[in-house]
Amino acid sequence: MIINHPLLGPRDSAEFTYMGDASLIDRPDWKNPQALTQFIDYGYMRDNPAGAHCELWYHEQGDRSFLVVTRDTTTHEIFSVELARDVARSRGRST
Amino acid sequence: MRYSGIRIIKEALTDHKGWTPAWRDAEPQAQYDYIVIGGGGHGLATAYYLARNHGAKKVAVLEKGWIGGGNVGRNTTIIRSNYLLDGNEPFYEHSLKLWEGLEQDLNYNTMVSQRGILNLIHSDAQRDAFTRRGNAMLLNGADADLLSTKTIQKRYPFLNLDNARFPIKGGLAQHRGGTVRHDAVAWGYARAADQLGVDIIQNCEVTGFRIEGGKCLGVETNRGYVAGGKIAACVAGSSSRLMGKANMRLPIESHVLQAFVSEGLKPVLPGVITFGAGHFYCSQSDKGGLVFGGDLDGYNSYAQRGNLPVLEDVCEGAMAIFPMLGRVRLLRMWGGIMDMSMDGSPIIDRTHIDGLYFNGGWCYGGFKATPASGWCYAHLLATDAPHEFARAYRFDRFEKGQMIDEKGVGNNPQLH
Repeated sequence: MIINHPLLGPRDSAEFTYMGDASLIDRPDWKNPQALTQFIDYGYMRDNPAGAHCELWYHEQGDRSFLVVTRDTTTHEIFSVELARDVARSRGRST
Repeated sequence: MRYSGIRIIKEALTDHKGWTPAWRDAEPQAQYDYIVIGGGGHGLATAYYLARNHGAKKVAVLEKGWIGGGNVGRNTTIIRSNYLLDGNEPFYEHSLKLWEGLEQDLNYNTMVSQRGILNLIHSDAQRDAFTRRGNAMLLNGADADLLSTKTIQKRYPFLNLDNARFPIKGGLAQHRGGTVRHDAVAWGYARAADQLGVDIIQNCEVTGFRIEGGKCLGVETNRGYVAGGKIAACVAGSSSRLMGKANMRLPIESHVLQAFVSEGLKPVLPGVITFGAGHFYCSQSDKGGLVFGGDLDGYNSYAQRGNLPVLEDVCEGAMAIFPMLGRVRLLRMWGGIMDMSMDGSPIIDRTHIDGLYFNGGWCYGGFKATPASGWCYAHLLATDAPHEFARAYRFDRFEKGQMIDEKGVGNNPQLH
């Protein structure tokens, strides 16, 4: 697979390490009264769709950025690649 | 019809006109006591043990394609019980014992061949870990044998003992491990279950569950509604997709694992050898092909095919440890979809929906577990209590912190 890195252009997926579902960006707030159930959900439960899947790829052999890749799990077709930082900030995260 | 040597001779003398189909092509009835979803090894074994061990009368196996067309037909056929943890080892040892009697039990030649399995050791630390695992196996009634480098050299003279990165410093052998003819497992269970009255219904895809007031009443299929007393999901690889129809999320990701077969060779490889450090394991089939594999591709996938970097990695591992394979040509490669659970161990449990049960999360250890999985799942379905060997395979072990994590890598499904 070729991952079209937003900063570096097309790169071989072998340069990356797969880090799982992109929902891992949305870590629950530990102060929330529901934090316990939220963290169980966050840590262990997955949508695991057959089709479009947002996932984290870490450019370990490259610039060490985290990317959010939207990929079809039935065909390996990649629809979009974004910097995970941009995705997190667009959801209101400051860091 | 009972299969036997005399039967073969009789049929040979009468132009083989007496053979009958191994199982009926059943039509779905309106109502069953038990509906097993998924006609793979585990589903068929579950139906068989429901009928045999628990006297269940109205049992159906619903299969969306043809039986044995999923992971039971897409694996590397290895059986073993070399696990460390208490939650796992008694279960897999029970499975190995069932394999040992399976052919007599099913009256079907599943070609169980206990040619032994060897895990290679490359360092002192690994020897300590394998010694501990061997002791855990012995404590649970399995067999384990720690081999010296000298013994390995004598038994397997073709191995590269002096690999610069991973020199061979010994091995942990389980002589009762081995291989089985994988398709025959599905066929054997199907035939035996059919003879006990189980309806095996192929080309029947479950499209939804009928759930009312927290109780599962039956399943919608492409061949109409089928009511069931107890509904048993058993579709590892597609678990998230199926249980999603009941609005359940699972602690599971689907990943692709590749396997490879070489051209046929004369017997060169006695038993199964695993080179875990090099992401390579190998055995030789009775037809002569070397059957080998390595690690997952490493990202979520429902495509039953893998990518080339893993092929390269596996072949590098092969060359590092079996230099004699350099001129062997690859014949076939395929991928199977694994239910990778969050701790690398399976789930056999009730769900929060009454009457709906779940069996899945087998990672890539599902084939060897087939008999015990069916045995324990049937026990759960018939008695509503977990079987003593599958007690640890609960849904709530993640929230309770009672993970069964053989490799100790945490909730990273792609690393188990």
